[in-house]
Amino acid sequence: MEIVEKMTLNVDRIRKDFPIFDYPDNNNLTYLDNAATTQRPTQVLEEISRYYREYNANTHRGAYRNAEKATLAYEDAREKIARLINARSSREIIFVRGATEAINTAARGWGDRFVRPDDEILITEMEHHSNIVPWQMLVKRRNARLCYWAFDERNGMLEPDGLRIMLSSSTRLLALTHVSNALGTINPVKEIIHAAHARKITVLVDAAQSIPHMPVDVQDLDADMLVFSGHKLYGPTGIGVFYAKEEILNAMDPVQFGGDMIEHVDYFESTWNDLPWKFEGGTPNIAGGIGLGAAVDYVNQIGMEIISGHEKQLVQYALEKLSGVEGVRVYGPMDPDQHGSAVSFTLDRVHPHDLATWLDQHNIAIRSGHHCAQPVMRKLGVPATARISFGVYNTIQEIDRFIIALEQAKEYFSKWL
Amino acid sequence: MAIDDLYQEILMDHYKNPRNKGKLHDADLEVHAKNPFCGDEVELDIIWDGGRIKDIHFVGQGCVISQASVSLLTEHVKGKTLEEIEEVIQEFSAMIRGELEKIDEDKLDELCALQGVSKFPTRIKCALLAWNTLKKVVQERKAELEGKGKVG
Ligand SMILES: Cc1ncc(COP(=O)(O)O)c(C=O)c1O
Repeated sequence: MEIVEKMTLNVDRIRKDFPIFDYPDNNNLTYLDNAATTQRPTQVLEEISRYYREYNANTHRGAYRNAEKATLAYEDAREKIARLINARSSREIIFVRGATEAINTAARGWGDRFVRPDDEILITEMEHHSNIVPWQMLVKRRNARLCYWAFDERNGMLEPDGLRIMLSSSTRLLALTHVSNALGTINPVKEIIHAAHARKITVLVDAAQSIPHMPVDVQDLDADMLVFSGHKLYGPTGIGVFYAKEEILNAMDPVQFGGDMIEHVDYFESTWNDLPWKFEGGTPNIAGGIGLGAAVDYVNQIGMEIISGHEKQLVQYALEKLSGVEGVRVYGPMDPDQHGSAVSFTLDRVHPHDLATWLDQHNIAIRSGHHCAQPVMRKLGVPATARISFGVYNTIQEIDRFIIALEQAKEYFSKWL
Repeated sequence: MAIDDLYQEILMDHYKNPRNKGKLHDADLEVHAKNPFCGDEVELDIIWDGGRIKDIHFVGQGCVISQASVSLLTEHVKGKTLEEIEEVIQEFSAMIRGELEKIDEDKLDELCALQGVSKFPTRIKCALLAWNTLKKVVQERKAELEGKGKVG
């Protein structure tokens, strides 16, 4: 009995943790845009507030009590994150602004150092712009080449043969998303990394859409680098993580130069601080780090396996219901085991943007647009899609509400179109 | 903020039966406007007659607001002088942004159908997509003609 109780989520209780749902202006808000950013629970908001109110000080600098307390809290958050992703050590956890800054750090600090002319960087056709553009710029700087591993537009899955075809003796790096924000596809990154490592290729995993929704173990995956954003994991904006194996971080150059990241500064030369601070020039986002630590606590207290199971039910239900609406086309895999917490679709003759405005009138927040993945849209042959994406606080009832509103929108627009 | 304030019948009609849609093959100028926010794109094809737009067409796909807005735009600026067009653009943009105290219905005519957009801030970019591009085009055309005037 106890196990059954533990495995199901008390969503009503969880929703009470998120003040946004109680705010009068948000009366009955159905928030289905969690792939863009999640809401933050009181536990996170209070931890941030406590830092500013009770022990605000800069980290790693002052010789007084609050400075020590702030440093400990910030470093404690780093430990929590290391445990969340099972890093070997918290030295492998670099705080950055988010997934975007993490990938830029990799492209600069690792790419500029190790990518040579005519090398190839392999990415997939389903990447977020943040895992495309930094590599475009890198290959321009280094006279290297960017190659794409295609996906099958019928099911949103990477071409099974793609890796074998695309990997060459010139491939230096494979950078790919764990879960696609535009298609929902869960990529089998563990097998992919294994195959890439067999050819001595370094792999970067964009875990922005997986970390908030499923257990991720960097040692089990054997990821060389892995990135994510705190604000998609119930944490604050402006904080995220660049993980890399220690030997990689040691070999990389820092990309931000200034205070804190140095060991010694002479007139014309400087040496770098130890890991992880070598990569954290300047006063860090202290409140952000502490807030992200609190978000990790929050998620752990519920249990990532349980969150994942809950969201899988939602995805399965949404896939079924959406496919049942005439005129709806759902993108990405239809098997909920291969589909992360975001579901992309279009409604015949109604532009996603018009649909989103219409749903907003019913207090249902969804995303419409290209989801920062224009190559995916090009491949699907649509300018944009609508997307619903789930978090721990979403319910089956909310999906029902959404489906009813979707049917009404269809009726409304079909009067004219 | 009722939804019908936004989706007026005129707009739906322009969406369904867009005016001046399709490439102008003998265009003097072809410009592209992109909305980086939603990925919508429109192309404007223009034929000049000195300081006038002799003909204008558009190509593109997008939401009701962006498509109806560009369709209305082509109807309103065709045959007008650069100065007249600038005036309409200014008045129209102000209406969309909700900056007009009173809407001059004589001046804006059918364009008034888009006034509801001002109450839907997330859609302002859709309504102004083609207009902002046309504004730049008109400025450049004026500069070009003035340059010629000086040289000639
Ligand atoms: C798959 C993926 N990668 C990267 C990012 C970029 O994250 P951020 O904007 O927080 O840097 C996102 C965010 O939308 C994403 O969905």
